Amino acid sequence: MTNPFRKERKFIGEFLAEWSIRIVASLSIVIIFLIFFFVFREAASLFTTMNVGTANSKTETPAPRSADAQAAAPEQYSAETYGDAPETYGESDGAAEQYNPAVEVEPLPGTNILTPLNMNYPEIYNPETGSLPADINDPTPMGTFSVTEQPLSLWENLTSNVWQPVGVQPKFGMIPLLIGTAKTTVIAILLGAPLGILAAIFTAFFAPARVRNIVKPAIELLAGFPSVVVGFFCLVTVASFIQDNFDNTFRLNALVGGIGLALAVIPIVYAIAEDSLSAVPRTLWEASLALGSTKWQTAYRVMLPAAAPGVFAAVLLGIGRAFGETMIAIMATGNAALNSWSAFAPARTFAATIGSEMGEVVWGSEHYGVLFLLGTILFVVSFSLNAVTELYVKKRLIKRFQGR
Amino acid sequence: MAKELQAKIHASAFSVFYRDKQALHSVTLDIPERKVTAFIGPSGCGKSTFLRSINRMNDLVEGVRNEGRMIVDGTDVYDKSVDVVTLRRRIGMVFQKSIPFPKSIYENITYGMTLTERKTKAELDEIVESSLKRSALWEEVKDRLKNSALGLSGGQQQRLCIARAIAVNPDILLMDEPCSALDPISTGKVEELISELKDTYTIVLVTHNMQQAARVSDLTGFFLMGKLIEFDKTRTIFTSPAQKETEDYITGRFG
Repeated sequence: MTNPFRKERKFIGEFLAEWSIRIVASLSIVIIFLIFFFVFREAASLFTTMNVGTANSKTETPAPRSADAQAAAPEQYSAETYGDAPETYGESDGAAEQYNPAVEVEPLPGTNILTPLNMNYPEIYNPETGSLPADINDPTPMGTFSVTEQPLSLWENLTSNVWQPVGVQPKFGMIPLLIGTAKTTVIAILLGAPLGILAAIFTAFFAPARVRNIVKPAIELLAGFPSVVVGFFCLVTVASFIQDNFDNTFRLNALVGGIGLALAVIPIVYAIAEDSLSAVPRTLWEASLALGSTKWQTAYRVMLPAAAPGVFAAVLLGIGRAFGETMIAIMATGNAALNSWSAFAPARTFAATIGSEMGEVVWGSEHYGVLFLLGTILFVVSFSLNAVTELYVKKRLIKRFQGR
Repeated sequence: MAKELQAKIHASAFSVFYRDKQALHSVTLDIPERKVTAFIGPSGCGKSTFLRSINRMNDLVEGVRNEGRMIVDGTDVYDKSVDVVTLRRRIGMVFQKSIPFPKSIYENITYGMTLTERKTKAELDEIVESSLKRSALWEEVKDRLKNSALGLSGGQQQRLCIARAIAVNPDILLMDEPCSALDPISTGKVEELISELKDTYTIVLVTHNMQQAARVSDLTGFFLMGKLIEFDKTRTIFTSPAQKETEDYITGRFG
């Protein structure tokens, strides 16, 4: 007796397609988690080496020297050099390798090989950042740093105000990077989110179909625009425009960088906001108009709140893009780790730091670990940003705007 | 008597085109004040098009074009001097699908009122209560005005939409198949509501349901293929229609 409902043999092609979908899908999910795991693992080596004191940490943190040497060395880290460290570490890495704390007993003034070039000749070495006025740089952290006999503990080092990853005593203060990241991201979102959302409202509700069919793909195409081109555009055009109109000290600054990042943020905010606005049932639009509201009132009071979670997600992805964007940040912000909140001072973001320093860092060194730590922070921040939104903010938004 | 039957809405040789396709062929009729006027007819016969032309909702459709005149209270609504927003505030509309805004019940009612003028909390409360009472919804929702309107049942949502429409105090209420998505009990409630509201409003109702038209309306128009075949007192239409097509339709021989 045959079972009328027996399994029919699948076609081999269907079978293969189904399984390749499963494998590729699970693989990509696994890869995403592995990225996080490896980034975190590299960063974690930082903490273990510091505690154990292996060979890695020896080359990077020299043994305490005489008081004279300690006092003399930091003096030479003049204020003008803050932003220049990454330019020079190739040089001083070589120096660090030659430097043997056991042999080197003489005070520093003679050991010029340890001193980055620009300390003595800032103007020649790097004209752009060499002309930093002193008031932007705050020399006090250097002062407190120099009198310390012991090398700073890792935590103290990471939370200090100086990012100068290469030198006799490398300084991995993340505060300037944090400030730089925060101010460029804030500028980018303040410019990019409203523009993106307004453009989305325009094409979703106001523009005639003909205009919409041209504008929408055009803006979405911008999302795939190479960021190096945007960076170049900012570096040349936007920077000159800002320079001409505001007469600021630094040609490249957080504002120019923020504008550049906004250019990267707008298409992303636009694309997602537009999709969620278009997804609101058209009947709501009609119902609101039938009650005697204008198009603008309908868009603002009915459609936008109805699409609020989607629009918020769009802004959030925009923040993620601004936060993680590397090339524009390297090219247009001035890329100097200044401890300043001014929009007209250069900034250096986390992503730009990794981007510009990772290529030349000593593998497995403390600096290397710190860069991965930065990467981990990038990861954790964007992850928690999304998690908080998903778990908390979205519910609040829905409650606030949709009364649920 | 003459005053009571004064035409609120007067259409003369009114035609509507969607691009090349003619959806309404030269419709002429008078809709009296404070009566329920029903339009029946098979799908795609143009009855909804006619309804949506009264408050110019058809303007939202791309490629739409009108001919003839649609006169409400002595003014051609397609005249250049007419402000669509003001017009629509005078002519409320209830749609086929109940579409409460994704807001609270309270905000749904107050939305229309707060568009033009600022009202105090007390005034708003009062209007919310009165319009919910008029739409026979007050008892069911008075304890959860701040809850989402989307949590209401289909019939409640439709009555909320009616309450929302009458909260802005229009003269005319257009209803586009208001009961087509509702169960018989909710339909009964909405029909009851229509009968009550006709003392205050001029109601124009489009329906697929002939029994509904027979139950609630004073006048009935029969549309077929974009033409108004017959327009008369409801009783006349359903007992002794003048046209063969009307008789065929209401006796169920086609459509």
